[in-house]
Amino acid sequence: MSNEQKGNWWIWKVFWILLIVTTVEVLLGVIQPEIIAGTQFLGTSLLNHIFIVLTLVKAGYIVLVFMHLGFERESFKWTLLLPAFILIPYLLFILLSEGSYSYFMM
Amino acid sequence: MEQTISKTNVWGGGERPYNVSYGKMMMWFFLLTDALTFSGFLAAYGFSRFKYQDIWPEAEVVFTHFPFMHGDHPLLFVALMTFILIMSSVTMVLAVNYGHKMEKKKVILWLSLTIVGGAMFLGSQAWEWGHFIHGTEQGRMLADGSMIHGANLMMNEYGHPLFADYFFFITGFHGFHVFSGVIILSIILINVIKGTYEKRGHYEMVEKVGLYWHFVDLVWVFVFTFFYLV
Repeated sequence: MSNEQKGNWWIWKVFWILLIVTTVEVLLGVIQPEIIAGTQFLGTSLLNHIFIVLTLVKAGYIVLVFMHLGFERESFKWTLLLPAFILIPYLLFILLSEGSYSYFMM
Repeated sequence: MEQTISKTNVWGGGERPYNVSYGKMMMWFFLLTDALTFSGFLAAYGFSRFKYQDIWPEAEVVFTHFPFMHGDHPLLFVALMTFILIMSSVTMVLAVNYGHKMEKKKVILWLSLTIVGGAMFLGSQAWEWGHFIHGTEQGRMLADGSMIHGANLMMNEYGHPLFADYFFFITGFHGFHVFSGVIILSIILINVIKGTYEKRGHYEMVEKVGLYWHFVDLVWVFVFTFFYLV
C-alpha cells in the first residue's frame, strides 16, 4: 500500500493523535487523580499502567505510520518486531523483579 | 517487481525478498539494535528505582522550571520539548512524502524545518540540564552538615545520586542521537540542494535519515514516560 497518492492528511491525523495523547499524559501527571494514582495494581499504581499503555499507543503510531513499517511486507515487519517483543519484556521482567527483590533484602 | 518473483529462487540472491532496499533494511536493523540498547538503559533505571524506591526523587519535584516564568510548573517544559520533537517528526514525514513526489523545493523546506526543530530540542535540553545541575536556592543539608545545590555524577540534591547518573546518561545518550541526527540531516539537506538525489532519480536517502529521525522521537517518547511521568 502506498501513501504517495493520498496527500498529507494522514500525517496530520497522526500528529493530532500524538499531541492529544501527550496532552492527556501531561494533564494526568500534573493532576495525579487520587482514584487512579492511589490504586495499586501489579506492583505499581494504576496511573503508571495508564502512562505505559498511552506510551505504547504513541510508539505504535510512530513505528507503523511515520516509519512506514505497517506498510512493509509482513515478513520484514515481524523480523524487526519479534526480537524486540521477546527480548525487551524478558529484560524488563528480570531487572524489575530483581530490583524489588534487592529492595526487600536490603 | 512483485509479480516476477517465483517462489523457488526468492532467497537465492538477486532479489529483494523483503521488498526493501539494502540500505533501508540495514538502517532498520541498526535501529532495532539501538532500541535494545535504550531498553537496557531504561530497564537498568527501573532496577535501581525499584531497589531504592524509598529515596528515589519524584520528577515532578525536580523539574518544575519554565523559562521566563516564576513558580512551579511541573512537566510543562518537558511537555514543550516533547511537542518540539513530535513536530520535527511531522516535518520529517512531510519531507519524505515530497521526496516521493520529487518536489525538490518542498523537500528543502521541510528538511530545513526538521533541522530547526532538532536544534530547538537540543537547546531546550541544555537549559534543562543547566537547571538540574545548578539546583535550588535552599539546597539540601548532608549528614556532615555541608550543603549541596543541584546534581552532578557524585551527588544529587533531590535524592539518590543514581537518579542523576541515569538522568545524565540516558538523556545525554538520547541528546547525542539528536545531535548526530541534526548533523546527518544537514549533510542530506546539502545533497538535496546540490541536486544529488534529483540526478539519482529518487529521494531514498531522505527516507533513510527519516527512519533514524523518527527513531529518535520514539526513544524520547519512552524517556519522557519513564523519567518524568511514571
